[in-house]
Amino acid sequence: MSGKRQLITLRRIVKNGLVNFIRNLSLAIAAVAIMVVTLTIVLFSVVINDTFNHTINQITSKIDVSVYLNDNVTKAQGEKLVSELKQLPAVASVSYLSKDQVLKNYLQQNASNKQLILAVQEAGNPLPATIIIKPANLNNLSQIKSFLSKPSVTALQSDPPSYSGQQKEAIDRITHATNLLQRIGFFAVIIFAVVSVLIIFNTIQMAIFNRRDEIHIMRLLGAGTGYIRGPFIVESITYGMLAALISILIINSAFQASSSTLQASSLGLLDIGYASHFFTSHFWFLLLMQLGLGIVIGAVSSMIATRRYLKFKTR
Amino acid sequence: MILLDRVSKTYSKGGKPSLDRISLHVDPNEFVILVGASGAGKTTLMRLLTREERQTSGKIIIGGIDFDKLKDKEIPLLRRKIGVVFQDFKLLPNKTIFENVSFALEMVGMSSHEIRNTVPKVLDIVNLKGKENSMPMELSGGERQRVAIARAIVRQPKILIADEPTGNLDPKHAWDVIKILEKINRYGTTVLLTTHNQEIVNRLKRRVVTIKDGKILSDRANASYKI
Repeated sequence: MSGKRQLITLRRIVKNGLVNFIRNLSLAIAAVAIMVVTLTIVLFSVVINDTFNHTINQITSKIDVSVYLNDNVTKAQGEKLVSELKQLPAVASVSYLSKDQVLKNYLQQNASNKQLILAVQEAGNPLPATIIIKPANLNNLSQIKSFLSKPSVTALQSDPPSYSGQQKEAIDRITHATNLLQRIGFFAVIIFAVVSVLIIFNTIQMAIFNRRDEIHIMRLLGAGTGYIRGPFIVESITYGMLAALISILIINSAFQASSSTLQASSLGLLDIGYASHFFTSHFWFLLLMQLGLGIVIGAVSSMIATRRYLKFKTR
Repeated sequence: MILLDRVSKTYSKGGKPSLDRISLHVDPNEFVILVGASGAGKTTLMRLLTREERQTSGKIIIGGIDFDKLKDKEIPLLRRKIGVVFQDFKLLPNKTIFENVSFALEMVGMSSHEIRNTVPKVLDIVNLKGKENSMPMELSGGERQRVAIARAIVRQPKILIADEPTGNLDPKHAWDVIKILEKINRYGTTVLLTTHNQEIVNRLKRRVVTIKDGKILSDRANASYKI
């Protein structure tokens, strides 16, 4: 068969598939509906996953170790300590805040509390100069701890360092919960994907059954297997593509509804503002991902169905 | 064009063969009538020729295609070389007459333009001009059978197999169908016709092969009906 004829045949296969899709619409609705559910869960999981990761990163980036220096520590001593800390592998970054800077920050943070400000000013800046250490890895603070508890270093400190220890526990719990959610999402996706494949499989099987006379005649007239199978595969790929578009629409309108009705942009851990931003900024990627997934689910299930029921048999 | 060498077909193991060592040679452009009572094995033979069934033993060669070497995926290619007319027409009920014929051309990748040119010509040959947009239900039995013939010949096959094409028709319509088959044969197509209509056989005066109990009883040129 020449290339031109193959092209004509391919066009006919696609056309016949689309015509069958429209004729089979009542049958197709179930297949599309279940696929919409599957793809919506997938899309939701992807967006939520990224949002959780973002939230955890944000919280963890706020964790640091504060070292409070004695008032008699000279600037040179302070700078030496900073450069020593910077050499530790467990340290991501170090910043030095002088007494004046600490006071300024404190006054800014408590600008509304006039009495507190007055009290602090009367006392003549009781706040210590502070070194703020950002650890490279939250789970590995021991190196920093042991460095800070060396006698030569403790001598410079006015108070024991603060480790934001309780925050870490909370973060661990959050991470644990999100891991669990991710796992549940993963299994939900798998289960619904399998159910979609089965339902599409059934739909195509039914379509084959409805058209068995036609298929038989086509066979007798010498239609190739691809020519008979093709339209069924096109039909179920259409289910997948339609379901992908609907799932994108659902998530999109969900974000729009939530951003217009919810005053707060965040529901507990779920930062809807960020999720919505992630969705819009990755829109094309997500759309392609959904279409790809829909096409794969549709193609795979119809290929199995047609393989089983359109096999060439001669006795 | 058609060569059968000691072809047998047995459906159940150890059972009585439906066809028993049939040997038949049909030349290009011949018109052969296959006669025999119901159950004689005519339809089995037809089904072997279109590879709906596989012979149990023996050799079949059609148009240079050796069935022993034919792979399953090559069966469509064989069927495109043979035009088949079925006793029960096998038209698609929800397609128009034009679509019923054009669909044989669509599956081989003919362009829509060519199809629009070819189909009316073929419908003209079978005297169905003007019925393009009718549905099969609206036609008489004879007309439907002519649609089936149009579909079988539209790809200009070298061989036309007609299995009891007149079986469901009254004598007038039956004769119309036979005249069309003769016309197609004159254009250069080998025709293999099965029938048990005595009158048709006698009027045609062609080569007649008689089958009884799965065996060839007689094979005579210019013959008349005799079982």
